[in-house]
Amino acid sequence: MKMRGAEILLDCLKKEGVDTIFGYPGGSVLPIYDALFNSDIRHILTRHEQGAAHAADAYARVTGKVGVCLATSGPGATNLVTGIANAYMDSVPMVCLTGQVSTALIGRDAFQEADITGITLPITKHNYMVESTEELAQVIKEAFYIARTNRPGPVVVDLPKDIMEKVIDYKPISDEINIRGYRVMRGFNSGQVLAAAELINKAQRPVIYAGGGVISSDASAELLQLAETRKIPVTTTLMGLGGFPSTHYLSLGMLGMHGTRYANYAIGESDVLIAVGVRFDDRVTGKIDTFAPHARIIHIDIDAAEIGKNVNVHVPIVGDVKEILLALNQKLQPQPEYGEWHQAIDRWKDEYPLRYGFSMEGRIMPQHIIEKIYELTGGEAIITTEVGQHQMWTAQFCKFKHPRTFVTSGGLGTMGFGFPAAIGAKIARPDSPVIDIAGDGSIQMNIQELGTAVQYKLPVIICILNNQFLGMVRQWQSLFYEGRYSYTDISHQPDFVKVAEAYGAIGIRVTEMKDVEPALKRALASTDCPVLIDFWVEREADVFPMVPPGGSLSNMLGGD
Amino acid sequence: MKHTLSVTVENRPGVLTRVATLFRRRGYNIESLTVGATENPSISRMTIVVEGDDRIIEQVSKQLYKLVDVIKIVDMTEERFVERELVLIKVKADNNVRAEIVQIVDIFRARIVDIGRNTLIIEATGDSRKIDAIEDSLKPFGIIELVRTGKVAMVRGGRP
Repeated sequence: MKMRGAEILLDCLKKEGVDTIFGYPGGSVLPIYDALFNSDIRHILTRHEQGAAHAADAYARVTGKVGVCLATSGPGATNLVTGIANAYMDSVPMVCLTGQVSTALIGRDAFQEADITGITLPITKHNYMVESTEELAQVIKEAFYIARTNRPGPVVVDLPKDIMEKVIDYKPISDEINIRGYRVMRGFNSGQVLAAAELINKAQRPVIYAGGGVISSDASAELLQLAETRKIPVTTTLMGLGGFPSTHYLSLGMLGMHGTRYANYAIGESDVLIAVGVRFDDRVTGKIDTFAPHARIIHIDIDAAEIGKNVNVHVPIVGDVKEILLALNQKLQPQPEYGEWHQAIDRWKDEYPLRYGFSMEGRIMPQHIIEKIYELTGGEAIITTEVGQHQMWTAQFCKFKHPRTFVTSGGLGTMGFGFPAAIGAKIARPDSPVIDIAGDGSIQMNIQELGTAVQYKLPVIICILNNQFLGMVRQWQSLFYEGRYSYTDISHQPDFVKVAEAYGAIGIRVTEMKDVEPALKRALASTDCPVLIDFWVEREADVFPMVPPGGSLSNMLGGD
Repeated sequence: MKHTLSVTVENRPGVLTRVATLFRRRGYNIESLTVGATENPSISRMTIVVEGDDRIIEQVSKQLYKLVDVIKIVDMTEERFVERELVLIKVKADNNVRAEIVQIVDIFRARIVDIGRNTLIIEATGDSRKIDAIEDSLKPFGIIELVRTGKVAMVRGGRP
């Protein structure tokens, strides 16, 4: 059948199960937008390409499918870059389609030309520039395959305009994929699984350290079984929140820099550490030489390059987390009780629960708002965050019962992620309440997406914990730079309620404790309009406890 | 310790950049890198000499394997292999020393490929130690210009 490149592209996307793409038009993608005009693929028009990338990222995290975003050449493509790097650091499957100038103009510094494959080389799992309309279908098939298999990640496909315009005789290609340099990981070393089972069966003080890999492998049920069979306490990373129910009696909450004292102490005392779908990030381990000093470490991950990257491990098992946990669980003997180990942990939990003080000026404590959000949603909402103090308070004081309900920028730490992410999440899960917990700094980085949320009648809720500071940086200045608050006071800010209203959204300001719950209830009742709540909170509340940068997990500040 | 990696890659534009970017970004140091065609026109071979302990080399090859365009990696340091490098050396050579230089060239089974009024260009092939040795031997005469290709290598015997 005679078809234009752009039509072939959309046909290929549909074959990959794509129903929604997030994008922003421009000169080089005119042929693609022309084809989209009467396509049944839903296109969500964001107000900035970065918003499109983050929305697609969250769409992927919430559904487990590949997220798709689309931008024009040059600045459109470079505006995606932060979003691509963000997805790369958090191993999110995405296909990012970028327009490119026509092949005859490439390399001539044409209008809106940027070498986006070159630029995104170190922040993509792989990237392509399509060289002919004939190879387009094959490239799209490979891009989706690479994005979603093994350790997921973003793939950029650069699409020159003339290749999208050209009409060819199109024959759909076969489903078979054969990429010489890329094999999907199947199976695992069962000898290693036995070795791990032996260690676990003999362990006196085991701890599970679970990360985002548990969620991307859909292995929460298997993790729960592992924990319950041997009654092993579980701590998760920021990316792992939701992978194990934080309401479970074996849950230790998050570990690391702003983890709970009991999680970090348990790591310090453990004799066997079962690391599942994690990468021993510096925010987790603190000083690497003193991390889990008494433990034999079992490391389960699909990415062989993660084994031994940051720490030496005793039993590495490379493969799909879910498959490995299924096999491992069959080799475990049920554990009746761990008297002493559980008692020690219970003592730490009693002695060092997460807590916070009160405001001298009678302001609302930010942690209180997060507790209220959890109380009112019962752990059934999708929570997104920006980056900073509010993000850590959310990780500490909000509980997560299900995987894929917490969407946050873990690796890259991207301010401005949470709001477009909430839009992507709401598009994916229209029946779930979606709440972006934000700071007054972060929200201003992508606040233009209010336009998107209003246009598509998305009742997402933005809760700004407004302390008029770039709070996390201020906290570090207070702790490590003698309180010299260099450029972190951002009290010159817009009236957020008016901003919301100007876009056609609902804006609510809350300055008193008693108004927190009514405001949240009102927001949760909205069915077709975004709601922004500007909570005026204690200005100098800190996130505690805290492992000072480069310090050991056993040496925490605050929260005691 | 120096390791010699033989890396089979897709013969596509950008592959060299991908490999070079990976080394730069992860902070591994490339001692030398050569790339050329193989018997299969869709495949190129890179010979990369990299300095590092076993842990670093393990990371280098695991990270390389994650590149979709990398097909196969062999650490030849573990194998018996033949390595060769080619050097061109332009050396000062007036009439007084010319005979002496020719003698050195003979000993190393090198060749003279250009004769100028006061210079000679010498071509030599061999393993890196031999190339180092010829360079050292010619140094006293005054080396004007020198270019080495970097190493290419192949595993001995039947195994590819």
